[in-house]
Amino acid sequence: MNQTTHPHHKKRPLRKPPFVVIPAFLLLWLIGVATGEPARVLEQAVQVCLSCIGIG
Amino acid sequence: MERVRKWVQVIIGFLTNSSWSFPFTKTIYQGPLKVICAPGLNCYSCPAATTSCPLGSIQQLLGGLRLNLENGQHYFGLSVLGAIGVLGGMFGRMICGWACPFGFIQELLHKIPSKKFGIPRMLSYGKYLLLILFVVVLPLVLVDEFGTGHPWFCKFVCPAGTLEAGLPMLFLQPNLRNTLGLLFLNKFVILILFMTWAVFSSRPFCRTACPLGAFYALFSKVRLIKLHLDEAKCTNCKACHHVCPMGVKFNESPNDPECITCLACMNKACKFDAISLEIGGIPLAVPDRGMSPANKP
Repeated sequence: MNQTTHPHHKKRPLRKPPFVVIPAFLLLWLIGVATGEPARVLEQAVQVCLSCIGIG
Repeated sequence: MERVRKWVQVIIGFLTNSSWSFPFTKTIYQGPLKVICAPGLNCYSCPAATTSCPLGSIQQLLGGLRLNLENGQHYFGLSVLGAIGVLGGMFGRMICGWACPFGFIQELLHKIPSKKFGIPRMLSYGKYLLLILFVVVLPLVLVDEFGTGHPWFCKFVCPAGTLEAGLPMLFLQPNLRNTLGLLFLNKFVILILFMTWAVFSSRPFCRTACPLGAFYALFSKVRLIKLHLDEAKCTNCKACHHVCPMGVKFNESPNDPECITCLACMNKACKFDAISLEIGGIPLAVPDRGMSPANKP
C-alpha cells in the first residue's frame, strides 16, 4: 500500500454550477457595459456624494 | 497562510485606495479608474479611493432609474450587478475575508485585548433585510419631487462611508462642517457602535448588517473557490467551531453562507485533514499548520 498518497489527490467530480453562474453574470456585465452604464457610474463616482457620507 | 491573507488585505486595501494626492487637492480622486467596482465595501467618496463602491453605484443607478428611463437611458445597474456577480461566482464571501477594507479594520479592532462575545445567529439575517430594503427597494420606490431615489443604505446606515469618507472629508473641507446635522449624527453613532462591537465580537458589521456580504453569501453553494469537507475524515471533534471568526460550525455546515474562507479552520484547527480548499471541485491547497507528517495524529 502506498502510504504517501495524499487523500486530497483523490479525484472529485468537477462542480458545474460555477461555470453556469459566472458566464451568466458576465453576460449581465456585458449588457450593462453595452448600454453605457460605466460612464454613468463614473459620472457619479467622481463627485463627492454628500448624502452617501452622511453630510448632505 | 494567515500572514498571506493579511498581506492580501493590505495590498487590496492600498490598490483600491491608492490616490494619495488628497492632502493637496483637498478632494477625492476623479480619474477614469473609478469606473471599476471595488470588490469589497469601500466608499467612493473616500479621498484616496480609486475605485467605486458597488453598493453605492447600484443604489445611485436604481435611484435615478425613473429619470433615466424618461430620458431614454436604460441604466438598471447590470454592469455593477454583473461585476460583483462574477466575483461572487468565483470567490463568494472569500472577498469579505481577503479583499474588504472594512472587514480588515474590524479584524484589527478585534485584536484589542478584551473579553470576547459571540453573535446570535439570528442577527445574521439583518443583512439580507438591509440588502433588499435599503439597497434595492427604497432607492427604487421612494423618490423625491424630482423623481430621484436616494442611496438609503449609504445615507442612513453605512459606517464604512462615515469612516472612510465622511470624517476625512470633514477634515479636508472645513466648510462642510457647517452642514452637519442629525443625518451625520445618526451615521456617526452607527459607526461608533459597530467599531466598539468589533472590539468585543468578531466582524459584527459583516455578520449582521453588510448588504454586500449578504449578496456574496448567496453564492455560498455555487462559488468556484470554496472549502471542502471530507466527511469520511471528519471526527466531529468541533475544533473548527472554536477558530472561526464568523461563528461557522464548519463540520455541520460546509456551505455556510457566513464562511469567508479565511482558512482558519483548515490551517489552525483540523488535525485530520478533513478540510481542504478546492476550485470547482479540484483540490487547490492542503492544510498548512507548519506540522510535519510525523507530528500529525
